[in-house]
Amino acid sequence: MNKYIDLFITFFYIGITTFGGGYAMLSLIKGIVVDKKQWLTEDELLEMTIIAESTPGPIAVNLSTYCGYKLKGITGSIISTLAMVLPSFIIIFIIALLMNAFLENEVVVAVFKGIKCAVVFLIINSGIKMFKAMKKTMFSLIVFFSLILVLTMLSLLAINLTSIVYIILGGILGFVFLRTPKEVVE
Amino acid sequence: MIYWQLFIEFLKIGIFAFGGAYAIIPLIEETCVKNMWITKETLLDFIGISESTPGPISINMATLVGLSQGGVLGAIIATFAVVLPAFIITILIASILKKYIKNDKVQAVLSGIKPVIIALIIFVGFSMLVTICFPESVISALSLAIVLILFLINFIYKHFKKTDMPPLLIILIASSLGLVFLL
Repeated sequence: MNKYIDLFITFFYIGITTFGGGYAMLSLIKGIVVDKKQWLTEDELLEMTIIAESTPGPIAVNLSTYCGYKLKGITGSIISTLAMVLPSFIIIFIIALLMNAFLENEVVVAVFKGIKCAVVFLIINSGIKMFKAMKKTMFSLIVFFSLILVLTMLSLLAINLTSIVYIILGGILGFVFLRTPKEVVE
Repeated sequence: MIYWQLFIEFLKIGIFAFGGAYAIIPLIEETCVKNMWITKETLLDFIGISESTPGPISINMATLVGLSQGGVLGAIIATFAVVLPAFIITILIASILKKYIKNDKVQAVLSGIKPVIIALIIFVGFSMLVTICFPESVISALSLAIVLILFLINFIYKHFKKTDMPPLLIILIASSLGLVFLL
C-alpha cells in the first residue's frame, strides 16, 4: 500500500478510537505503531513519550507528527497529523450541530448538569493525581504552594493575570534555581 | 476580527499547554472568560463533550470554541492553531533538536513549569466547583453532593481496580445522577 495512504488510515483509526487523550491512548498507539506496523521501536516510543512530556500539546499530535516525519518527511507528518485530528473534528462538529437542537430539552439540561459535576471531579482529581506524582523537592513545593496562595488572593481581589505569566515565571525559576541534574531528573 | 483572534488565542494555548491533557483547561478557561466567548457553565459542557468523544481534549475544545465563535471556518482555524506549535516543535526535535531535549537546562526549565501547571489545574478545578455550586448566587447543594459522590465512587473503584475510573464511566454515572436528582 502507498505509505501516505497507510499513514492516513492508521492515524485516522487512532484518532477515532482514543478517548480522553493523554496517556490513556498510549497503549493503543503502541499496539498499532510499534507492534503491528513497526514504524517505531519500543525505545523510540519511550523516547517520544519523554519528548511529548517536554513539549506543549497533546501527545497524540507529537506521536503522529514524529511517525509521519520519520517515514515520509514533512508531507508524511502533515498527512498523519491531519488524519489524527480529523475524526475528533468531524465528531465534535456533528455533536455541536445536534447540541443546539437538544439544549432546550430539560432532560438534556439535567444530563449536562450531571456532566458538569463529572468535569469538575475529573479536573480536581487529575490535579491531585499530578500533585501526588510530582517529585516533592523544596523547590517544587514552594512554587506550588506560593502559586496557590497568589491565585487565591488575586481572585479574591478580582485580579486576573494570564496563566502564561506564571508558566514563564516557573520556567525562569527552574532555569535559575535547578542546576544539578540530580534535582531535575525524576 | 474573530478569525484572527481565534488563531492568536489558540496559538498561545498550543504553545503553553505543557503537562498533559488537562494543562489546557486553565488556559482555555481564562481565554474564553477574557474574550467573553462562552460562559463558565457552557465551558463545563464543552469539556464534558470533549471528554466523552474520541481525540485529545485540546483539539476537541478548540473545535467546539472555534465553532461557537466563528462557525466552520472558526473551528478549522482554532484547531489548526492549537495543533501548530506541537507540530512544529516535534518536527524540529525529530530533525535537529533531539540532543537538546535532554539538556539539563531544558529539563530544569520544564521542572520549574511543572508545579505551576499542577497548581493552575487544581485552582481552576476548585474555581469551577464554586461555579457549579453557586449558580446565580443560589447554593446548589446537589451539584456539590454529586461531586462528592463521584469522589467516593472513584475511591471505591480505585481500591479494587488499583486505577482511576475511566473518564467516560465517570461521565455516564454523573449524567445518570443528574437525571435522577435534577430533573
